[in-house]
Amino acid sequence: MRRLPIRFILPLVLFGLLVVVLAIGIKNSPEKDIIPSPLIGKPAPTFSLPSLTDPGQKVTSAQLRGHWYLFNVWGTWCISCRMEQAMLLRIKQTGLIPLVGLDWRDDPSVARSYLKHEGDPYQTIAVDQDGMEAIMWGVYGAPETFLVNPAGIVVYKYIGPITERAWERDILPRLPLTSEPAATSSS
Amino acid sequence: MRAGYLLIAALMASLLLAASAAYAIAPTQMPTPQLEARYLRLIRGFRCMQCQDESLADSPVDLAADMRRDIRDMLLAGKTDQQIRDFMVSRYGYFILFKPPFVWKTAWLWLTPGAVLLVGVIVALTIIRKRAALAATDPQDDDLVDT
Repeated sequence: MRRLPIRFILPLVLFGLLVVVLAIGIKNSPEKDIIPSPLIGKPAPTFSLPSLTDPGQKVTSAQLRGHWYLFNVWGTWCISCRMEQAMLLRIKQTGLIPLVGLDWRDDPSVARSYLKHEGDPYQTIAVDQDGMEAIMWGVYGAPETFLVNPAGIVVYKYIGPITERAWERDILPRLPLTSEPAATSSS
Repeated sequence: MRAGYLLIAALMASLLLAASAAYAIAPTQMPTPQLEARYLRLIRGFRCMQCQDESLADSPVDLAADMRRDIRDMLLAGKTDQQIRDFMVSRYGYFILFKPPFVWKTAWLWLTPGAVLLVGVIVALTIIRKRAALAATDPQDDDLVDT
C-alpha cells in the first residue's frame, strides 16, 4: 500500500489543530465577558466611606477586619442588581456570611428608599457616589461581589448577579466550615 | 449614476464628521500643555472595561469618565505615567492596557504571530525548493527549452 504524501497529511493535521483550538474557544465562550481580577489573593483596598444608612457615620475596612464578608457592589440604577436582590436576602437569612454593600454611583436617598421597600440584605453599606472606590476594587460593571477573608485578603470575585447556582457552586464551598449544627439544621 | 456617487460621498463625509465629534468626549483642560499631552497619551492607552474595544479617550460611559477623572487627579498629584499604569494594572489586570507589556503571562500573545510566520516561511521555502528541483529535471519545462 502506498503511503499518503505529507502534503495530504499536513492540511489534515492543521485542520485537526484548528478544530481543537476552536472547540476550546467555544467551550469557554460563556466566560468571555469575565475578566479575571488581579486582586484575588491580594489585600482588599482600604477605605473609609460614608455610611448609607447612618449618614455622618463611616464604614471603614478596619471595622471589617477579623471577619469573612461579601463585598457587593450595586446601585439602584443597575437592573441586574435588582434581579440579585432576592438572592442577597436569602444569603442574609442563612446567617453564614455578612454582606457589605458598596452603593456605586447612586443617589443615596433613592438607595435608602429602595432598601426600605425591597428589604435590606446588608450589614453595612458604604457610599461611593463619585465612583472612585469602585476603581480601587477594579469594578467594571455592577453587580460584582468580592469574598474577603478575616485577614482582609480577597479570596474570590463573582461577576454578575449571584444566582442560586452561583451561591451553591462558587461561593458556599469557599466559606469556612464554621457553621454550628444549629445553623445547618435550620436550612 | 452621478447622483449615486454624490450621495455616497455625502454619506462618507457625514461619517467622518460624526467620528471627529465622537472623539471630543473629554474636554478636560490640564494646567500645562505637558500635563495635557501626558493625560491624552495615557487615556488613549487604556481600554474602557465596559465597552472593551474603545479607549478611555473615546468611551462615553460613566465608568470611563470616572477613570479619566482618576487619572487626571493622579497626574495632578505628581504621579508618573508608569505609576499610573501600574495602578490601573493592579486593579484591572493587563487587559486594561491596549498595548500589553511583554511578560510571561502575555508572551504567547507576542510570540504566536512570529511563530506562525516562521512556519509559513519554512513551508513556502520547502515548496519553492522542491518545485525548483523538479523543474530542473523536467525535459518538458518551457524554461529549459531553448527557442
